[in-house]
Amino acid sequence: MSTAFTLAKARDALKARKISSKELTQSFIAAVEQGRPLNAFVTETPEKALAMAAASDARLAKGEGGALEGLPLAIKDLFCTKGVRTTAGSRILGNFVPPYESTVTQNLWNAGAVMLGKTNMDEFAMGSSNETSAHGPVFNPWRAKNSNANLVPGGSSGGSSCAVAADLCLAATGTDTGGSIRQPAAVTGTVGLKPTYGRCSRWGIVAFASSLDQAGPMTKTVRDAAILLGSMASVDAKDSTSMDVPVPDYEKLLEGGIKGLKVGIPKEYRMDGAPPEIAALWDKGADWLKAQGAEIVEVSLPHTKYALPTYYIVAPAECSSNLARYDGVRFGHRAKSARDITDLYEKSRAEGFGAEVQRRILIGTYVLSAGYYDAYYARAQKLRTLIARDFTEAYRKCDVLLTPATPGPAFAVGDKSDDPVAMYLNDVFTVTVNLAGLPGLAVPAGLTETGLPLGLQLIGKAFDEATVLRAGLAIEQAAGFAHKPANWWRAA
Amino acid sequence: MSVDKDTVRRIAKLARLAVPEENLAPMADALNGIFNWVEMLGEVNVEGVPAMTSVIAQKLKWRPDAVTDGGNADALMANAPEHEGTFFVVPKVVE
Repeated sequence: MSTAFTLAKARDALKARKISSKELTQSFIAAVEQGRPLNAFVTETPEKALAMAAASDARLAKGEGGALEGLPLAIKDLFCTKGVRTTAGSRILGNFVPPYESTVTQNLWNAGAVMLGKTNMDEFAMGSSNETSAHGPVFNPWRAKNSNANLVPGGSSGGSSCAVAADLCLAATGTDTGGSIRQPAAVTGTVGLKPTYGRCSRWGIVAFASSLDQAGPMTKTVRDAAILLGSMASVDAKDSTSMDVPVPDYEKLLEGGIKGLKVGIPKEYRMDGAPPEIAALWDKGADWLKAQGAEIVEVSLPHTKYALPTYYIVAPAECSSNLARYDGVRFGHRAKSARDITDLYEKSRAEGFGAEVQRRILIGTYVLSAGYYDAYYARAQKLRTLIARDFTEAYRKCDVLLTPATPGPAFAVGDKSDDPVAMYLNDVFTVTVNLAGLPGLAVPAGLTETGLPLGLQLIGKAFDEATVLRAGLAIEQAAGFAHKPANWWRAA
Repeated sequence: MSVDKDTVRRIAKLARLAVPEENLAPMADALNGIFNWVEMLGEVNVEGVPAMTSVIAQKLKWRPDAVTDGGNADALMANAPEHEGTFFVVPKVVE
């Protein structure tokens, strides 16, 4: 059986008993095996998947079953999964087997979903190319025309974006702290939604920057993102920042079109030096929405250029605090032959963390240290207020914003790994959304001249994922993006 | 503001991260590259702007101060790199 199903089509075929979850799951297990050259999965769980599929088939046979009954998914290795190794892409958690399940994944299993395995990612979700993973880089299923060069799948949810693009799963979970769902989705021709901060519980997700982290769906279509978010989202007593806002039927809310919708175009997102293809696609996106009855308005987000530097103070500060727990004592990697307890901490952490994580821990420690706190951290938190206010002002004039998703298409493995700031600039269009806690959606919208996917981003008001998804659907339908990467990895 | 080798050594100590002597200078360079870039935040007037404390307007929730979980010592020890029964083993701390 082919694995080129959307989540919605597979769901409908299962409900109609045209296929069984067992058949579907077996096909995906085979696809995951054949996809090993892509390095998308760090842990495959075929036996668990088949057991879950059998249970789903039994429920479906009785006419029962949840919203995701029998549907095989891939889970980013940042979500703790009970009894299944969870590494966060780090050596320091190389052998960590959680004794508990994250709330988001528990919600998925409660809805009947099947777990295929855990996907590769940048270490502790710090990266935009999946190259900081302790498990090695993931390769983008897409390659440029007439080229065999391996490209990155974006990051940090690079294993998830790759698995979705290569049809190794129906859909995947991701997490997004500065763009880690939307940027990888955009460069792999897939859909990625970062929900409003507080929409999904963070409980059981390995923490990076707690005021920015949010889980979300990575899928083949906008409809699939609506379906998956409906099951991922919940209020949770275990996460005091999860919000008690009803979870609507996002799929149903896709209907109705965008007539009269006011779409804001933030002028500051026209960056000097950006490739002309990006600006052209953005203009096209605005035309598509206009043609479907939306009203385009220019808006201003004056503090946009300060978002990335603000992020690179706030996120490392929170990272240095969150990652203090890895001490080689209670769980995780422990250095051998330590002289004393301090030596144990210092060596375990130096051996366990990779270069980018160490760099961010040091930045965070510095900006929080005595004498520098006000100059860096306190100032960044004030900038964050100004960035969030920009959005509040813009939403007086519009309902949703349209922007590019990334400053360019997928780049080659190794291209930017020596220059942290160049790597950070990948998130220039996505990071503002995390700082303001808003929902953002990346939708595939076209190909570059070299044949690589590009995405557009829709940004909504807090807890207005429904409008974001509806506008995303309008882009998706107008773009008619039906391209798939050539299947080179099966021959590899 | 410029970060030198001694600063890296000091913050590495605060962060409980062993940075080998030969890596101090390259790390200082890397951090300076990033700090020079974030310097642009200095040009914004933040006079009177409150620091963000919560990105979504909400009151922190309250719950009864009750035991809701526990009695899982074995599960908690399962990932310990070194333990004796339900005790984590560490190098000698008190002489």
